[in-house]
Amino acid sequence: MRFILDAEQKLFGETLDKLLTEAGTPGVVRDWAAGTHEPGLALWRSLAGAGVLAIAVPEHAGGAGLLPVELVTAFHELGRHGAPGPYVETVAAAVLLDRLGDQPLTGVRGDGPLAAAWLPRIAEGTAVVSLTLPPAVPYALDADTAHLVLTADRQVLHTATPREPYRSLDPARRLFTVVPGDVPASGPAVAVAAAEAYDMGVLVCAAQLVGIGRRLLEVTVEYARTRRQFGRPIGEFQAVKHHLANALVGLEYARPLVHGAALACGSPDFPREVSAAKVAASEAAYTAAKIALQVHGAIGYTDEYDPTLLIRKARTLHTAWGSPTTHRARLITTLTRI
Amino acid sequence: MDLDLSAVEPFRAEVRAWLRAHVPATPLPSLETEEGFAAHRAWERELHAARLAVVSWPREYGGRDATPLEWLVFEEEYYAAGAPGRVGQNGINLLAPTLFQHGTPEQLARILPPMASGEVIWAQAWSEPGAGSDLASLRATATRADDGWLLNGQKTWSSRAAFADRGFGPFRSDPQAERHRGLTYLMFPLDADGITRRPIGRIDGKPAFAELFFDDVFVPDRDVIGRPGEGWRVAMSTTGNERGLTLRSPGRFLAAADRLLELWRAHGDPADTALRDRVADAWIKARAYRLKGFETISRTEDVGAESSINKIFWSELDLALHETALDLLGPDGELAGEWLEGYVFSLAGPIYAGTNEIQRDLIAERVLGLPRTGR
Repeated sequence: MRFILDAEQKLFGETLDKLLTEAGTPGVVRDWAAGTHEPGLALWRSLAGAGVLAIAVPEHAGGAGLLPVELVTAFHELGRHGAPGPYVETVAAAVLLDRLGDQPLTGVRGDGPLAAAWLPRIAEGTAVVSLTLPPAVPYALDADTAHLVLTADRQVLHTATPREPYRSLDPARRLFTVVPGDVPASGPAVAVAAAEAYDMGVLVCAAQLVGIGRRLLEVTVEYARTRRQFGRPIGEFQAVKHHLANALVGLEYARPLVHGAALACGSPDFPREVSAAKVAASEAAYTAAKIALQVHGAIGYTDEYDPTLLIRKARTLHTAWGSPTTHRARLITTLTRI
Repeated sequence: MDLDLSAVEPFRAEVRAWLRAHVPATPLPSLETEEGFAAHRAWERELHAARLAVVSWPREYGGRDATPLEWLVFEEEYYAAGAPGRVGQNGINLLAPTLFQHGTPEQLARILPPMASGEVIWAQAWSEPGAGSDLASLRATATRADDGWLLNGQKTWSSRAAFADRGFGPFRSDPQAERHRGLTYLMFPLDADGITRRPIGRIDGKPAFAELFFDDVFVPDRDVIGRPGEGWRVAMSTTGNERGLTLRSPGRFLAAADRLLELWRAHGDPADTALRDRVADAWIKARAYRLKGFETISRTEDVGAESSINKIFWSELDLALHETALDLLGPDGELAGEWLEGYVFSLAGPIYAGTNEIQRDLIAERVLGLPRTGR
């Protein structure tokens, strides 16, 4: 088993980092928040071109095979740059559609219209998908930009239509309640597939959170090295140093949990492993965000400062895809089940 | 590097079977008491006879040349079995790695086998009344004598020194030199002429450490580790072990987290979600520490200053784990027992091996690259 990234996986991360840097992602996020989606969708297509979505889709459906370690590597970078759009939701939807593809279902089979039509498009980046998985994921993120919106409510899978969006703390996250429509699939298999989709969504959300925390720590360290008060860099003050050291400790131990959960994909332990990863990643990223805000002082509290985009996002993802409390409860339930 | 977890399963099974047959059914008395110290020493002999005392060491010194992964597996099984605490840990985990790095073949051959068997138990003698976090300000001296050195001065907070056989630590051999230079790393018998030891009761009264007074204690040249004057460098090569995986392996926290979960199952109030969350966090962090351990041994580069991150994490985890257990036990939390013993031990974690405040400074400066400042 490999507990660290191999050379190819590292290179994949570096390639995405470069792509996201060159795309001027903070500007893309601001456009997205203002309702101008084209730069974000162009970025979506570039990232898909680099393989970010193909690794969520099995080979027989036109993807590169479901590769969890590569997925968390990619989402770490998406997190570091704050890329806007329903990436987590699209990955979860890919898992949902693929799992239903294996099941004999009422209405439609996976090799029928829905999976066959959408999985190849997801892989190549021409389909943006959003979904809700009530009660844990009640809103469809950026459903107005999605080509397909799904909602899997217990044993029933619906295609869905978004209503008016709610405003989020993060203006680049537009959250929609949905009106359920057609029922392409129903039965116990839907609930099973939805549970697997949820776990995968939780995993990549956790990876994204670690990336957000990492980047916030990087920029805050840089700020503390250069910002001067009392005639010296504020990074010389022990109170500041200890804040930043604490942020690092949290992130350093969240990352192995995310990687370990990715390795557990497909095993019966996967749900509890992703819950552990999400708790640690949420806490570490949110702690890093609060420290970033505190160390930056007033500038970090402004809308115009780019790291603020990540500070906001860390807070929203803290509770999206299951809050730490939700996942702690699920973990204990799993562990104490006789 | 890939870790082949299935390939170590036979080793795991062997260790598990041996421990099942040999771990005492009732816990030994606390190793911080005279009676308990002796019982733990006898246990070390038993472990050694099965070649399980120091699995990662070379065979010639009593080990098995175990890989780092096998060592981690041994530790997991050891603590899962509820086996006794390791009374020889300061020698095995702190002195031995220093000897492997800086010792002469003669020193390795002479010192390691009796350390492995528990015949000689070692105590670390670093701190002084005026040199705690600021270790480099230490003042106990080593003065040149014929074929050796004369030690004078005082060491304190020396763990296990109340009952141990020998000690090791840095002494100032060149008072004129800059404070990080002019130190020499020495080993000495704790019953040598000129040494007075005064056991110190720790917070629960047990004599877990001691104060040592040196009055012209002779140490032969063969008991100097590394070159005279290079004691700081030699000592610092130990700190990576002390703060890193070696001293506190994931196994002990995984086992404690599993026991905490059992305690929750047996005594937890399902309505107390705050306590439930703390149980969950302890389990998550123990697991994080295990995965981080696998990550660390998979890497080829030196962990270096990152061991400070490790030290903060395990010491805070250990304390949180035991606090949670005591809170779960409620009115029984204050009663003598394994959880309380573990709690008292864990209270010292954020202090020894370099306080967590020092570790945070080191992380900020050496890992994150923030400007260095005088402390």
